[in-house]
Amino acid sequence: MKKLLVSTALMLSLALPALAQDYSPDPNAKPGGSIIVTYKDDVATLDPAIGYDWQNWSMIKSLFDGLMDYVPGTTTLRPGLAESHDVSADGLVYTFKLRPGVKFHNGRELTAEDVKYSLDRVTNPATQSPGAGFFASIAGFENAGDGGLSGVEVVDPQTVRITLTRPDATFLHVMALNFSFVVPKEVVEAEGADFGKKPVGTGAFKLTEWTLGQRLVFEKNPDYWVAGVPYLDSFTVEVGQEPVVALLRLQNGEVDLPGDGIPPAKFQEVMADPAQAERVVQGGQLHTGYVTMNVTQPPFDKVEVRRAVNMAINKDRVVQIINGRAVPANQPLPPSMPGYTQDYAGYAYDVEGAKKLLADAGYPDGFETELFVMNTDPNPRIAQAIQQDLAAIGIKAAIQSLAQANVIEAGGAGTAPMIWSGGMAWIADFPDPSNFYGPILGCAGAAEGGWNWSKYCNEALDAKAVEADSMFDPAKSGDRLKLWSDIYMGVMEDAPWAPVFNEERYTMRSERMGGEDALYVDPVSIPVNYDYVWVKE
Amino acid sequence: MTDVTAADPARRPASALRRLIRRRLALLGAVLIVLAVAGAVLAPWIAPFAPDEQLFDGLTLEGAPLPPDGRFLFGTDLLGRDLFTRILYGARTSLIIGIVANGMALVIGTLVGITAGYFRGWIGAVLMRFTDLMMAFPALLLAICLAAIFQPSLWIVAMVIALVNWVQAARVIYTETTSLAERDFIAAERTLGAGTGRILFLHILPHLVPTIIVWGTLGISTTVLLEATLSFLGVGVQPPTPSWGNIIFENQTWFQTAPWLVFIPGAAIILLALAFNLVGDALREVLDPTQRGRD
Amino acid sequence: MPAYVVRRLLVSVLILLGVSFITFVLLYVLPADPVRQIAGRSATAETVENIRRELGLDRPFIVQYGRYLLGLVQGDLGRSYLQKTEVAELIASRLPATLLLMLGAILAELALGLTLGILAALRRGTMLDQTLMMASFVTVSAPQFVVGLLLLYVFAVKLGWFPIGGYGTFAHLVLPALTLGILGSGWYSRMMRSSMIEVLRADFIRTARAKGLTRARVILVHALPNAVLPVIAMIGIDIGIFMGGIVVVESVFGWPGIGQLAWQAIQRVDIPIIMGVTLVSALAIILGNLLADLVAPFIDPRIKLK
Repeated sequence: MKKLLVSTALMLSLALPALAQDYSPDPNAKPGGSIIVTYKDDVATLDPAIGYDWQNWSMIKSLFDGLMDYVPGTTTLRPGLAESHDVSADGLVYTFKLRPGVKFHNGRELTAEDVKYSLDRVTNPATQSPGAGFFASIAGFENAGDGGLSGVEVVDPQTVRITLTRPDATFLHVMALNFSFVVPKEVVEAEGADFGKKPVGTGAFKLTEWTLGQRLVFEKNPDYWVAGVPYLDSFTVEVGQEPVVALLRLQNGEVDLPGDGIPPAKFQEVMADPAQAERVVQGGQLHTGYVTMNVTQPPFDKVEVRRAVNMAINKDRVVQIINGRAVPANQPLPPSMPGYTQDYAGYAYDVEGAKKLLADAGYPDGFETELFVMNTDPNPRIAQAIQQDLAAIGIKAAIQSLAQANVIEAGGAGTAPMIWSGGMAWIADFPDPSNFYGPILGCAGAAEGGWNWSKYCNEALDAKAVEADSMFDPAKSGDRLKLWSDIYMGVMEDAPWAPVFNEERYTMRSERMGGEDALYVDPVSIPVNYDYVWVKE
Repeated sequence: MTDVTAADPARRPASALRRLIRRRLALLGAVLIVLAVAGAVLAPWIAPFAPDEQLFDGLTLEGAPLPPDGRFLFGTDLLGRDLFTRILYGARTSLIIGIVANGMALVIGTLVGITAGYFRGWIGAVLMRFTDLMMAFPALLLAICLAAIFQPSLWIVAMVIALVNWVQAARVIYTETTSLAERDFIAAERTLGAGTGRILFLHILPHLVPTIIVWGTLGISTTVLLEATLSFLGVGVQPPTPSWGNIIFENQTWFQTAPWLVFIPGAAIILLALAFNLVGDALREVLDPTQRGRD
Repeated sequence: MPAYVVRRLLVSVLILLGVSFITFVLLYVLPADPVRQIAGRSATAETVENIRRELGLDRPFIVQYGRYLLGLVQGDLGRSYLQKTEVAELIASRLPATLLLMLGAILAELALGLTLGILAALRRGTMLDQTLMMASFVTVSAPQFVVGLLLLYVFAVKLGWFPIGGYGTFAHLVLPALTLGILGSGWYSRMMRSSMIEVLRADFIRTARAKGLTRARVILVHALPNAVLPVIAMIGIDIGIFMGGIVVVESVFGWPGIGQLAWQAIQRVDIPIIMGVTLVSALAIILGNLLADLVAPFIDPRIKLK
């Protein structure tokens, strides 16, 4: 098995949203061939304004493009549809110069009008995009509607100017986010809500077949604006395939990538066979699994109690229960995220210490509470492991195992004292530390219905977060990351969460698939960066 | 639905033999029920471990469950708990829900059936159309929706099952009541000026007792199966309370590598449901020979 | 007869209306906000309210239900909240899989149930009869998921004869259809047995025997058709029973039918899909029962439609 280590050098480059380095194409890569990818569930939609699950996320990336892009296999920004951009001195005005000659799959050339239309569309409430919130810093967002965003202007057919209401260091990431991808107005208007099933973009592949419940076929876009890619002639996504079946078919050489990964029960078997283990690629995921504690209600209004919970959870045991496919976490950010605090020790597992803290807080005999969890495996199991750890320090937590929507509702309403986040939160939308703060730890998310299930609101940290996100100058990105690191250390001091683990990704590929390992654990394209992988035969 | 079965007076010898067999099967069912009850009641004394105890040495280092051996009679589950212990405690869940949920369903069913059957008229029509409506619901979807509304606990699951399961009982009771209500002795009571309540509870209800007993027994089997199914889907009894259905739910992803985690609780469900079916069927033969059809 | 059918159809429409109302109420009181699911985790409170208005979910219950009904009478089941696809199209894409599975299940249960029932009737009182009748008890006492997993384990994992779930070829269909078929066969074998026994006692069979026809000929040509018909008339009811439990089999075998669609929708309160699947299932159940009732008098003249 090859483990992909994120080197220090790479960490530094991550810190710079500058266009430091680009991808050097694999010298062995050759065009041609097609691959088969499998999933259990059908693909929901391929509309970039709507699609928001890890399954359609990378398919949409292959069909569409944004103004910005990432160097394949990394979290480094590079130019996308915009070949260059300028930022005004106050960080409020971004001017993007579009790459000439980029064509949609229908043959029409892309212009600045399309960029404006796409941003207007995603922020229009009528579109019901789950990503609208990412564009809140653009001027006119509050009045977004049929009139469009006042902050997005077409200067000439090749130039777009975007004005923000506040400096936003994450803005270029937002312009690389699926929700910002450019769609052709005439097709969207012709298809209406069916655009998600008949997508037309500028991407490396175009969708040529979608048989609901069975398969999707993506074919190479010969006019793609990046020279030499994609390598594959096509890739087919077969849905309705159980992970176990997919693995079996992979072993028989009928499948190239099992989209749902290696099923836990088969993991040991695969890793025990050198020939198979060799084809497994492991990489960090921008994910953290955590327990939230509602800080507005007793007993979790006491910081000692929250720290005690942090100390009570045996994270190694939890990781063992999910067959070692994660690493124990001690802070909100995952290790592969810029801004992660390397030398932080966190709250060590210490049952006696936890009991003492509880006693100090006035709960020598513990208390009764509830732990909410989403009702799909392995989450109820993880909750039971946590429950047993809490029982050891006297906290009797009854488990409420409910459908995802019900847990999210209870979290938003603040009626859930504790929630295990598994299956619902949080995988980063883009590789920037701010993405783990605003909606889930900041004051804005603590409002009724928000995703800050701890209802934690620390004004001082919120001010720091605003400061950090206004540091848009790439030259200051080191300072900015330091500031974010401080913010998360501040969060851990208050301990509204008990971070439990960071999931690791294990992708397996067929013998004939080429391309460096980094493409198979691409931090932004899951399970694989379709544009850059290739087949050997 | 139509009843195509009919009495068979011409087969005396075979019938007697069959009855004997039936009784033997009923005996088997009774033994199974007694075993399940004993296991459930005596669990704290028989079980080698506590039901929720996640044993440190109950999992391999890689987090795989242990197969059955001398220490863990039925092996361990994915949290390192003793499966034998959980099966014993799971019998409690099944029996409690079986009895409570089916009891509730029977009460609702009897009340609805008897009212609709005795009063006929618009009350009867409304009630019976309502049972038609319930019959048209995809039962499991209804149960899942109900379970999502009332965050499930043991008692809520029992209630949900009762709300879904009362319909059949209501229909049978209704049919019986209508025919009873037309009988002479009821008419006589009525002309003598007996009150409605008196007629219903003193004269009609006693005649329904055999039917209620039969449905009470057969219904437990249906209830046990529905509870197992809801728990299997993850919307039933809440963890860590063991239920045979949620044991399978929690361990299903490992069923190829650790089949005992699925098939031991599976066998327990089948045996308990079978036991109530066997006893119920025998009771039907003895108490109510005209009632036959689908359980 | 036509009047009867018309009345039954009218009642069916009313029942469907009732089902739609109750489901709508249940989903309305569900402690989960569909708008939250649509708006996503980074949404501002404004975005949430805008979407709520957009979908009309800020209107009073009765208005929302009225709108749904209005769409329904025009054949519009609405659009999925999360996929934005027409619910009718989603269901139409899934329904063939579910119908195929049911067809397979009905064939399997008839093949098993009728054969075993006839055998039991012909060997009445023997060991075989008792074993078969005992087996029929086991089949009504087994949950779908246990039988499904057992068949998977034995025939797919251990023997490798069939795929471990999925959809597409005949081989994929065998195990899920057999799971439902085995569970339904117990009832059929008991029905078939008593029906056969009854027919064998009938006058025309005695006459046929008296005429000196061979036993095989009497059974196959005279007894069997008469005994089978009333049993087959029950198929309609089965459609309802299968519809009620399709979620489980489809989830065990990864069968891409409407059960899975409903299950995923319930997880994320995609109300239009849940409503759509419930109504389609209810319709199937109602039509199945109607079919059973309509067929009955043709098969058994003693039954009269009222």
